[in-house]
Amino acid sequence: MNKVVGNQTIKFERKPKIISSAAIVGPKEGEGPLGEYFDKALQDSYYQEQTWEKAERKMTQENIDLLLQKANLSPDKIDYLIGGDLLNQTVTSNFAARKFAVPYFGIYGACSTMVEGMILGAILIDGGYGYRTINFTSSHYQGAERQYRTPNEYGDKYPSYKQWTATGTGATLLAKDGQGPVVTEATVGKVIDLGVKDPKDMGSAMAPAAADTILQHLNDTGRTPQDYDLIVTGDLGEVGSKLLKELLAEKNINLQDCHDDCGKILYNSDQDVGAGGSGCACAAVVTAAYLLPYLNNGEFKRIFVVATGALLSPLTSLQGESIPSIAHGIVIENESPNNAIGNFSYEE
Amino acid sequence: MPQINKTPNEYQKMVKNAHPSDSKVKNFISAYVIGGLICVVGEIITNILTAQGLALNEAGPLMSVSMIFIGGLLTGIGVYDEIAQYAGAGTIVPITGFANAIVSPAMEYKQDGYILGLGAKMYSVAGPVLTYGMLSAFIVGIIKLIFI
Repeated sequence: MNKVVGNQTIKFERKPKIISSAAIVGPKEGEGPLGEYFDKALQDSYYQEQTWEKAERKMTQENIDLLLQKANLSPDKIDYLIGGDLLNQTVTSNFAARKFAVPYFGIYGACSTMVEGMILGAILIDGGYGYRTINFTSSHYQGAERQYRTPNEYGDKYPSYKQWTATGTGATLLAKDGQGPVVTEATVGKVIDLGVKDPKDMGSAMAPAAADTILQHLNDTGRTPQDYDLIVTGDLGEVGSKLLKELLAEKNINLQDCHDDCGKILYNSDQDVGAGGSGCACAAVVTAAYLLPYLNNGEFKRIFVVATGALLSPLTSLQGESIPSIAHGIVIENESPNNAIGNFSYEE
Repeated sequence: MPQINKTPNEYQKMVKNAHPSDSKVKNFISAYVIGGLICVVGEIITNILTAQGLALNEAGPLMSVSMIFIGGLLTGIGVYDEIAQYAGAGTIVPITGFANAIVSPAMEYKQDGYILGLGAKMYSVAGPVLTYGMLSAFIVGIIKLIFI
């Protein structure tokens, strides 16, 4: 069977199962509308560590432990770890992975890392190169701010279109066998750059990439947006979501009723986060703690998660370059809903 | 083949329209009011000092030092950047803003060590002000030397 559909979409013959997912978030995310769905919300962003980077690493390791515990598996049952994050040289993921004696792929897709990892895990399983993969990612508000922008306590005014880097970590466990929602298709994104230069305006930079991946996916599969219960973008925020809808409307695709954005649903409107959430954790924690359980209990039958990443660095911004962006899409379906509401069953 | 075939110029127009419209008038007013309030505090300190019998040219520098202390303190307890979200230029321009620009990186980079962290990066925000301040002073000095 040919596993390629159209130009950019792949179909998974063995339909890897997502048998477990876990998410830990920061204090602000814990107070948001999805607060109760997360496995844990930190009380403070240092998490009893000396630095924010160490806090991010500690939270990531703990989340992988939690994921394994929920699936009732030990690390030696895992064939691959696939991880990435925002810090230079993806140190959070690399350092977190040293705790586990599991073969490891370090990846970087900025805020699209969660879905990039899930696609790679699904390919490995579908290709028969492993039985179980864990993919994980994380971001930390203070850690990201000081790397990409200015010191946290520096008093510059944030424009209202700027997004808030989410603190948190999300992980999913994909397996050849088991119970849970299944990964059926994926559309791997192209790097797209329409000349947005403002590093505070990630939503605008990433919207064309999301539009491109969604259009390509619909073309490849011959579906319409209405064939999905939800098309959910990673972190376009208010501005990027608006632009995405406009870009698609020009191509006669109407997203109005079936689109949402992880960056918009992670926070309340009174939490002062500008145009919404962003960061690797944004798509990761919403997918792991909110979307997957709802797929599992049958609320959703088929969703298309499109995680978006702005592939800039502080250096390229200083040198006046525009922001290349990417969006990876993955289709997750529920084939046999188990109706335990809000309770994710991970029995093998 | 890309699905989105727009030129950067066409897209820039869309982006401009999609941005929320921040009221410039509101920004001006809040910067004026909060920046003005900071100056009022400075005036009060100067008045208290002169009332204590200090000459105006002695009270001035003492007032500046006090304002730098207040700016540093408010940065340290994590309040200054919150006020700045309303004040904008109103908190950046006064001397308290300069204190914030020095204290905030000092706090931030302490976790990278006292020498190459705090010591080296303390001026990462205020550095340009110092560099070009000194350069301007040099140029003005030369002009004075030649023409006056």
